[in-house]
Amino acid sequence: MIEDLVQMANQIGDFFDSYPSQEEAVAGIADHLKRFWTPSMREKLLAYAEEDGRELSQPVRSALARLQKPVAGA
Amino acid sequence: MRNGARQITVWIDGKEVTVPEGTSVLRASALAGVGVPKLCATDSLEPFGSCRLCLVEIEGKRGFPASCTTTVEPGMKVKTFSERLAGLRRGVMELYISDHPLDCLTCPADGDCELQDMAGDVGLREVRYGYAGKNHLQAEKEKSNPYFTFDPAKCIVCSRCVRACDEIQGTFALTVEGRGFDSLIQPGPTGEFLSSECVSCGACVQACPTSALMEKAVIDLGLPSESTDTTCAYCGVGCSFHAETKGTTVVRMTPNKESLSNHGHSCVKGRFAWSYASSRDRVTKPMIRKRIEDPWQEVSWTEAIEHVASEFLRIREKHGRNSIGAVSSSRCTNEEDYIVQKLVRAVFRNNNIDTCARVCHSPTGYGLRKAFGESAGTNPFDSVDQANLIFVVGANPTDGHPVFGSRMKQRLRAGAKLIVADPRRTDLVRTPHIEADIHLPLRPGTNVALLNAIAHAILEEKLENREYIEARCDLTAYAKWREMILRPENSPEAMGPVTGVPAEAIRAAARLYATTRPAAIYYGLGVTEHSQGSTGVICLANLAMLTGNVGLDGAGVNPLRGQNNVQGACDMGSFPHELAGYRHVSDETARRGFEQAWGIEIDPEPGYRITNMLSAATIGEFKGLYMHGEDLVQSDPDASHVIAGLRNMELVVLHDIFLNESSHYAHVFLPGCSFLEKDGTFTNAERRIQLVRQVMPPLCGKQEWEVVQEIAQAMGYPMHYHHASEIMDEVARLTPTFHGVSFEKLARLGSIQWPCNEKAPEGTPVMHRGEFVRGKGFFALTGYVPTREKVSERFPLLLTTGRILFHYNVGTQTRRTANTTWSKEDLLEIHPSDAEERGIRDGDKTELRSRKGSVVMRCLVSERVAPGTVYATFHFPENRTNVLTTENSDWATNCPEYKVTAVQVTRVFEPVRAEERENGKPAKRREIVPAAGE
Repeated sequence: MIEDLVQMANQIGDFFDSYPSQEEAVAGIADHLKRFWTPSMREKLLAYAEEDGRELSQPVRSALARLQKPVAGA
Repeated sequence: MRNGARQITVWIDGKEVTVPEGTSVLRASALAGVGVPKLCATDSLEPFGSCRLCLVEIEGKRGFPASCTTTVEPGMKVKTFSERLAGLRRGVMELYISDHPLDCLTCPADGDCELQDMAGDVGLREVRYGYAGKNHLQAEKEKSNPYFTFDPAKCIVCSRCVRACDEIQGTFALTVEGRGFDSLIQPGPTGEFLSSECVSCGACVQACPTSALMEKAVIDLGLPSESTDTTCAYCGVGCSFHAETKGTTVVRMTPNKESLSNHGHSCVKGRFAWSYASSRDRVTKPMIRKRIEDPWQEVSWTEAIEHVASEFLRIREKHGRNSIGAVSSSRCTNEEDYIVQKLVRAVFRNNNIDTCARVCHSPTGYGLRKAFGESAGTNPFDSVDQANLIFVVGANPTDGHPVFGSRMKQRLRAGAKLIVADPRRTDLVRTPHIEADIHLPLRPGTNVALLNAIAHAILEEKLENREYIEARCDLTAYAKWREMILRPENSPEAMGPVTGVPAEAIRAAARLYATTRPAAIYYGLGVTEHSQGSTGVICLANLAMLTGNVGLDGAGVNPLRGQNNVQGACDMGSFPHELAGYRHVSDETARRGFEQAWGIEIDPEPGYRITNMLSAATIGEFKGLYMHGEDLVQSDPDASHVIAGLRNMELVVLHDIFLNESSHYAHVFLPGCSFLEKDGTFTNAERRIQLVRQVMPPLCGKQEWEVVQEIAQAMGYPMHYHHASEIMDEVARLTPTFHGVSFEKLARLGSIQWPCNEKAPEGTPVMHRGEFVRGKGFFALTGYVPTREKVSERFPLLLTTGRILFHYNVGTQTRRTANTTWSKEDLLEIHPSDAEERGIRDGDKTELRSRKGSVVMRCLVSERVAPGTVYATFHFPENRTNVLTTENSDWATNCPEYKVTAVQVTRVFEPVRAEERENGKPAKRREIVPAAGE
């Protein structure tokens, strides 16, 4: 599953790649992950980013760093 | 009726009537309440003036002009009855009847025959010529069409059928062959409807004043005795029909002339292909089984509901509240979709609700909301009449949305310009009396590259509408987007080789679109079902804003929704991140409204999408799924991934009318209702909400919303609706864009286009007039990102998919009708050069192999597709096209990339059914053990 999440996150990153500033791109990625991903999906990606994260693009890693680690549903 | 601005007053038999200039005397008479006998005229066709029955006398004019072809003039005084007129009309009728079978009592049109009515109207009492002369009475009946017959003996050659085919349908399949007595209606050179170009839309049958063209069902069952208005359950056009019945048996469906979605027209599916509702394959009793390898065991509703409820409760208790969820359907009503998402949010207590719009138009919701502020198309279908340019992108309306396709063709024949962007040469590109001004046969997967290049050319050549942009759009966002688009990498010259479309053609399209106003964009799944589906939708929105084509008649960005209620399912809060009315679950105000009404707390975090549910299932985190009117195994991409997910669940509940492909992996089957058995509403592609009325009682004994309510109750949550209308009342209370909607108002007005509220009590046909819903239109950046799916030496061709006129999506309905007469299997279209290279001939069985799997399909060698591209339909489960498709999906919405799959095609001699290869023993999984005592 983590491979799917990494791919999806990088795809989101690719979309924001055309934004003129890195700041806007990172904010856009973070906002998208917050609005459309479940907490457990974000948690898995955060865990991956913390443990390894090599397959994640730099803007996605920056965006993840901004996301406060959410509390997963019960 | 004409739309002339000038009003003219005339007198018909002394009655004063005022009508628009250009109105015929016949129509003016009707408006004055005066009936004039007629046979060749109908209100849906242009006047023809051939039958000579509608003759009138006009003061100051010589002779007896035909009232259908004579237009009103100021002060005109018309006499519709006199001794001389009566004599002339009787004479005409005598001639007709002298060559017409006098078998009224055994004729299927007895009591519903205009010729019979006119004979009575004109007072025909004898036929002086006798019946022994030369005649057509022994002419052979033509029965090749599965739905209607043509009886030349009953034909009066009024040409209504020919004109209906030309003017309404636009197929030009019929002609009058011969002259005078020898005149005969001919459907093509063979004389057979089936082998002709006839598309079986039924317009000719509808127009026929006798029983010359007659539905076979009426011939078999007799004329219907009752009629109920309802809405078709096929595509997103949402045609309104009169469901005509005898008792609880549907005899025929006739299109509703008063409907603003179809104006009395129909297609072969809505008009004729409804017999699936009474198919012997219908399963009407609930069934359960412990393991998917077991045979089905019929049980009572009580046992089934209790089982479903207790299992969901058990799983939730054991694995947590996020381990269960539901998928709802765009085939179901708004009320059903609403109650299913309420079941998930209020009873399951999570946001794990998704809908099949995920796999078709979810990028539309995302893209249009981002640009305009609302997740819906901008203009009504009628608006196409004002379009001077029509830009069709990734849509095939003559097959997928045939009734609107015909409407579009009418406008094109009247002179509107046409640009088509599609890898395939669809019918619209060249069809009788229509030829696209520009066809852009782009390579699959390059929509964004093409649309960015069009925008680049518009900006570079200074063709943008600066006044509109400055007044209506967010200028900061526009400046950023403009800078990006004008980069050299987005020029037509740079993108031409990427898209496969010559730069000059891209520039020509840009000039034509930007300089012809108003210009309307219509698009379909050829835009959305890509890894950049949402970006593609945003590109279209940007183009429309760039040229000032949003918020006015004849323009806009208009998605052609695949299923009957895609728009409605999305409106009803069926996505895991949105409540009804497209309000994000994190929106406290919106959430509070539902929480107060429902008496629970709503999770402020988004839930799983379909693909996330399946992925979570494969790692044991998602255990129970309620699948309402949906067939994930056949509809969703990467079928092996779907199957792996379903197999790993402890409870899969399927609520459907048939045991579909997903039923192999289900533990509970709850029988559903066809649209003929339901009360509710559908919302079509133009945001038009229309009533679905029950025509026959549910074969399974319960409406689907009742079943959902009973599951909720059995899980301990109180729900007490007594009718579907009460569910819509709740939607209206809690959803600002629906505040003014009710069943009562829908019945009174016929339909309502949302937003319908205090500001727009009767609805909103054109959105974003004056101001966008979000305030200023937003130009989001749309960089082109190539798909990951690439051709290679092993997989050198790109497969794209689509549907044909005679079948609907995965064919669950149409495969169970006589539509299989035209199409019995899926076909693969391949260009002659690609076919020759592989030793493939037309009609050969071929194997398509992708990185994901392989299927076998018969080949159609065709120049409709470009070399390097192949095209397949996906209507038959034995072909299972989605075995081939990949896990790639839209970056924003996870809408699957159905339209781009790298494949190889080889000829095969002993095909093996995909089902046998992949599924093992499906027959066993379909076995049903009746309930005890039966």
